[in-house]
Amino acid sequence: MIAEGLRKRYGGKDGRDGKDGKPALDGFDLTIPKGTVCGLLGPNGAGKTTSVRILSTLLSLDGGRALVGGFDVAEQATEVRRRIGLVGQHAAVDEVLGGRQNLVMFGRLHHLGKRAATTRADELLARFGLADTGSKPVKAYSGGMRRRLDLAVGMILSPEVLFLDEPTVGLDPRGRGEVWQAVRALAGQGTTVLLTTQYLDEADQLATQINVMDHGRVIAEGTPGELKSRIGGDRIEFVVHDRTQVGTAAQAIARVGVTEPVVDPDAGRVGVQVAHGTDALRETVRVLDQAGIDIDDLSLRRPTLDEVFLHLTGRRTTEPEHQGREVNA
Amino acid sequence: MTLVAPTPSSGSPGSLRWALADSWTLTVRGVSHWVRNPGPVIFSLAFNVLIVLMFVYLLGGAMRVPGGGDYRDFLMPGMFAMTMLFGIAATTQAVTADVERGITDRFRSMPMSAAAMLAGRAVADMLLSVLTLAVMVVTALAVGWRPYGSTGEFLAALGLILLLRLALVWIGVYLGLALSGAEAITGVQTLEFPVGFLSSAFVATATMPGWLGAIADWNPISSTVTATRRLFGNPGAVGDSWIVEHALPMAVVWPVALLLIFFPLSVAKWRSLRR
Repeated sequence: MIAEGLRKRYGGKDGRDGKDGKPALDGFDLTIPKGTVCGLLGPNGAGKTTSVRILSTLLSLDGGRALVGGFDVAEQATEVRRRIGLVGQHAAVDEVLGGRQNLVMFGRLHHLGKRAATTRADELLARFGLADTGSKPVKAYSGGMRRRLDLAVGMILSPEVLFLDEPTVGLDPRGRGEVWQAVRALAGQGTTVLLTTQYLDEADQLATQINVMDHGRVIAEGTPGELKSRIGGDRIEFVVHDRTQVGTAAQAIARVGVTEPVVDPDAGRVGVQVAHGTDALRETVRVLDQAGIDIDDLSLRRPTLDEVFLHLTGRRTTEPEHQGREVNA
Repeated sequence: MTLVAPTPSSGSPGSLRWALADSWTLTVRGVSHWVRNPGPVIFSLAFNVLIVLMFVYLLGGAMRVPGGGDYRDFLMPGMFAMTMLFGIAATTQAVTADVERGITDRFRSMPMSAAAMLAGRAVADMLLSVLTLAVMVVTALAVGWRPYGSTGEFLAALGLILLLRLALVWIGVYLGLALSGAEAITGVQTLEFPVGFLSSAFVATATMPGWLGAIADWNPISSTVTATRRLFGNPGAVGDSWIVEHALPMAVVWPVALLLIFFPLSVAKWRSLRR
């Protein structure tokens, strides 16, 4: 899948354009090798959904060129549609029908014979753990079940390319886990997956390649590990037993780290970025011991993608769920 | 677990054969909705019957048919057309719901033709209209309405009513794609009554102020109502304006003209979802 310099400007009145009336996509480039799970990461309004809608032929583009499965999305839309599966932000399944009825209906619309559609429906129900739902209407499903059915529908033809647009938005942790498991299984079969998400840990968990998006273009690209190492090394964090010693501890640790220590006096927490993880850890223990500071907790960790995003854009992801963690970091 | 994906049947997905097959799949979907969830259908049928009872027993006593005749005989052809008009909001709502839930997007990401997808909705709604009309005819007979024409004329009248419905379904499809949100549906529902009343369905247009009567006469619904009154042998099918005299051909011309406008408009609107 290749996208080169995609541009898209909406009519404007519905507010889907970026801030300040900028186009929703402004020179969007993306290359995903066959069989890769690519995470497209960015805050709300970065243009993630617009890019998915263009690549899945739902939207026309104003400029640039995109090939999906080797076919041009603008010129050969029908060929592209035969090779893709789309799981959008809504669980786009029929709520009145049962799960099996949904799968058979979409199978028929994919031009499977009656028997093939039924067989496939039963296979997919079993595979996504929905076999015992019978003819219960989808309305009565939990959020996670609905999403899994949605994924199953997207998988009816085992498409070459699968688009997942924020597949776990609005799900509880259990539902998310269920969806993640399903996505991993698909990736294991060699499907090329483009996954958009604003949950950074989701991209971390699922994707082998991550593209960070902001203001309608890709601003960084790499494996999760590469992106993390871009902001330089690991982080050491510890919690001081006696809260009054936080200042002293920060001073002592300053020469171990490569940046200014970050201090949270209320929690007694001190964090600092370091160049060589394990050496720095040994050094930390030594200097704290010398200074006579007792610590409750000590950890060495890689930077989170939240930190990567902050580093790349100078902005936080404005994602309430992650705010707590950012304060601690 | 590894699954081998099934291969779809060969042939161009845009071919007429597949267009028909896809429409039928979606027709079956529409019908299974009503079978699995019959509440709204039962409610709409009951509502139609209730309106008939109201007009016959509550208002009917005060109505005088110009040129003489039984009000029930005058009213029922109007009622038949009116129930066809009431269906617009349901069509609009079904189309809007699919757009809002992302189902339309999923269809659009599949290799199906636009006309096939919309036609599925239209055929399902036509099947429901046949049921609605059957219930209405039985209700009408029960309250004392009688068709006096031949069997052929009776069937021709029912055909004209369903032709009007077909045109209205495509107006509903178009509105469903063009509008969004619950307010829009309420708007369509609210407009059904004035549009229906501004016709010869309930009262003779001769009793309205001249200019209003002329508008009502040119309402496509009036042409169908007047034409079916003539075919059923019911009273009130007379008038001296050109449009009333030519009600029979106009009961074909109007719906066909509306179809020729709203079918292409709907397909174009569907395509423009890409913008």
